[in-house]
Amino acid sequence: MPENTVDAEKTEKDKRKIKAIKKMKEIMTFYYIDAKTATENNKKVAWITSGGPVEPLIAMDIIPVYPENHGAMIGASKMGVDLCEKAEAMGYASDLCSYARSDISCATVNGGPIGGLPKPDMLICGNNICGTVLKWYEIQARYFNVPLFIFDTPFCHTGYYEEMRRYVRSQVDEYIEFLEKATGRKLDRDRMEEVGRLSVAGQRMWQAVLDTTVNKPAPMSAFDAFFHLALIVTLRGTQTAVDYYQELLDEMNERAKDGIGAVPNERYRLLWDNLPIWYRTKWLSEKFAAHDACLVADTYTSAWCGSLRYMDENDFLNSMAEGYTRIYLNIGVDEMARSVCDMVDKYDVDGLVIHSNRSCKPYSLGQYDIQRIVEEKKGIPSLLIEADMCDERMFSESQIETRIEAFIEMLKQRNRR
Amino acid sequence: MQDLLREMAEVVRDPFAYGRQLKTDTGTKVVGYVCTYAPEEIILAAGAHPLRLFGTTGTIERADAHLQSYCCSLVRGVLEEGLKGGTDFLDGMVFPHTCDSIQRLSDLWRMNVTQGFHVDAVLPVKLDTQSARQYMIDVLHRFKTDLERELDCSITDENLSKAIGLMNEIRRLLRRIYELRSHQPGLMTGDALYTIVKATMIMDRVRCCEILREVVGKMEAAKSPHTNTKRLLMAGGICNQPQIHDLIEAAGGAVVWDDFCTGSRYFEALVSTDKNPITAIAERFLRRAVCPAKHAGLRNRAEDLIRMAKEREAKGVIFLYLKFCDPHAFDYPYLKDALDQEGVPSLLLEVEDPLPAEGQLQTRFEAFLEMI
Ligand code: SF4
Ligand code: SF4
Repeated sequence: MPENTVDAEKTEKDKRKIKAIKKMKEIMTFYYIDAKTATENNKKVAWITSGGPVEPLIAMDIIPVYPENHGAMIGASKMGVDLCEKAEAMGYASDLCSYARSDISCATVNGGPIGGLPKPDMLICGNNICGTVLKWYEIQARYFNVPLFIFDTPFCHTGYYEEMRRYVRSQVDEYIEFLEKATGRKLDRDRMEEVGRLSVAGQRMWQAVLDTTVNKPAPMSAFDAFFHLALIVTLRGTQTAVDYYQELLDEMNERAKDGIGAVPNERYRLLWDNLPIWYRTKWLSEKFAAHDACLVADTYTSAWCGSLRYMDENDFLNSMAEGYTRIYLNIGVDEMARSVCDMVDKYDVDGLVIHSNRSCKPYSLGQYDIQRIVEEKKGIPSLLIEADMCDERMFSESQIETRIEAFIEMLKQRNRR
Repeated sequence: MQDLLREMAEVVRDPFAYGRQLKTDTGTKVVGYVCTYAPEEIILAAGAHPLRLFGTTGTIERADAHLQSYCCSLVRGVLEEGLKGGTDFLDGMVFPHTCDSIQRLSDLWRMNVTQGFHVDAVLPVKLDTQSARQYMIDVLHRFKTDLERELDCSITDENLSKAIGLMNEIRRLLRRIYELRSHQPGLMTGDALYTIVKATMIMDRVRCCEILREVVGKMEAAKSPHTNTKRLLMAGGICNQPQIHDLIEAAGGAVVWDDFCTGSRYFEALVSTDKNPITAIAERFLRRAVCPAKHAGLRNRAEDLIRMAKEREAKGVIFLYLKFCDPHAFDYPYLKDALDQEGVPSLLLEVEDPLPAEGQLQTRFEAFLEMI
């Protein structure tokens, strides 16, 4: 290859590289150092589920730690199989969620990419994402012998009713009492309001970042979103998250203005459903990009701003009850399908890519119906990939490769018509 | 006794045929349900007949278009029957909230099985706080109103009390049968016992109560020859595989008590009769032995199991789980550990409908029983 071509390719790549990434890595490193040195600094650590109500923790200076984010890191660093196998040796069935399996065994060996999570002083389990977290947190509460608070958000099959509102709202108070007892301190209500405002601001900002992909070409892809998601999960309610996403938003807007796309010659715009396949994000993103296909949006990363409409930044504690209950995974399959259809319109999507994820039953059972509804209502084709987010043993490369090729072929045919 | 059991076995063999017949004969509305957290008393008080679904005995074809293969065979089987019309005689379905899979089954049923009404009872997941107690009561009130609307009736306190009395009587009788058999396992085969429990969830409750009473009477009068069987306990979700008991018995064991939702979890704890009926029904749900999809403490399931093993002098425990059942699979290591610490050996069987080859199971049971 002549030298100038190599150079050109390098600049071409550089152009597409998101600059904020560096800062993001710094923030996350700092966050984990902070968490791992919590005891030395007299700070308490709470493990909390990804959809859990984190804001009161932040307001009380308790460091929230997310086993699911850790699970994603384990998956991305391809350490999932080893840890899952360890859990299986402990007696856990291989069909259980691979985040849970990885975390349960990791706690006993302090393994994984960062040598294990800092020990929890308490556990906060929000079951708005699944019933798995309930069982998982019970296990960890027994293992670490620490108190467990369950934030029980009734499932909204067809609606959110008055008695649900009362139940969840009273748990907000119980939760605060629990934290006050665990820390021996009172919650500072002013601080709480401030954190609530920052949380809503952060979520809005994250939504704005995701919305930049309505541009053609999309300045970022779902694969980028998978990466940048970490802050809205772990640092929701902090100024850090708001500032970071502001910076990212500016960068994306800039790119959109300059017509820089995440995929060089974006021709097909796709929508991803379910969790990422963490150990294959790079492979998948390259596979799609090679066919000029960009995954412009996904149902997963938008879950952290999907219930903004129920949140009131000026009345956070009251509104978070509803906001945390009506999240994407805690609603009926038909409502999920409607929301996927809306995304198809919003991002002007040509096809749907569904990850049927063995780990996650609440996310995956019902996908076939969503697929059918979206195909019918929106007239777009779809691709179904059978895999698992962390357990590589469930990933069949050749089979998936063939399916992607066939899917792209179909998109091409349609384009020609 | 043989005749009584034959009547029940017939019901269990084809529950849908029974439900259809009942409807034609009596004109009663029939309401299907999938889990022991369905408030049967309220359905009965509405003048309707509660009928539990247990999956399918046939092959799964239609449900494959809606549910992945990593969903448990119970959920897949129930949807299969709904889709192919096996349940078309039902006037409606009730879905209490329990595990993630049932949760989605409710959605898929509502979206795809159009005949009959559909009601969710979104119960609390945690059961050990004041606010959860209040919410449980509220949900049951909503459930009552939903049923009144769907069945076009009004559910009176008087009818609720009557239904509570009937269900309490059934629970007492079932418990008595379990106790008698636990004292003398030779009185009845495990298969017969499970037929009785299952039939109870399917057949007309008044008729069922009569039969149970007679069965108790016969059992109390009978004396079984002393047997040398090894006493076992079984634990899990639903027991849909009565053949397992024949295999266990052939290997020299007998299941003398269980922690199944097609077993003791169905009849443990009675509804109080001295307070508001809905409150009383709610309180029973909070008090009874929990299903692992619900939370009532961190160690109560192990404590219950150990207490049960001691009380019933069981020498070993067989865990019978459906494959892909998350709540039970998560609890297994901790329950096993707790048993190990008490010196109670256990065996784990993960099954799917249909069961694996008999020989294979037979060998495992024999090996396990030899060990204890
Ligand atoms: S992947 Fe699914 S099952 Fe696992 S913790 Fe997340 S929501 Fe729950
Ligand atoms: S067997 Fe397990 S997964 Fe299946 S419905 Fe019952 S509790 Fe749910």
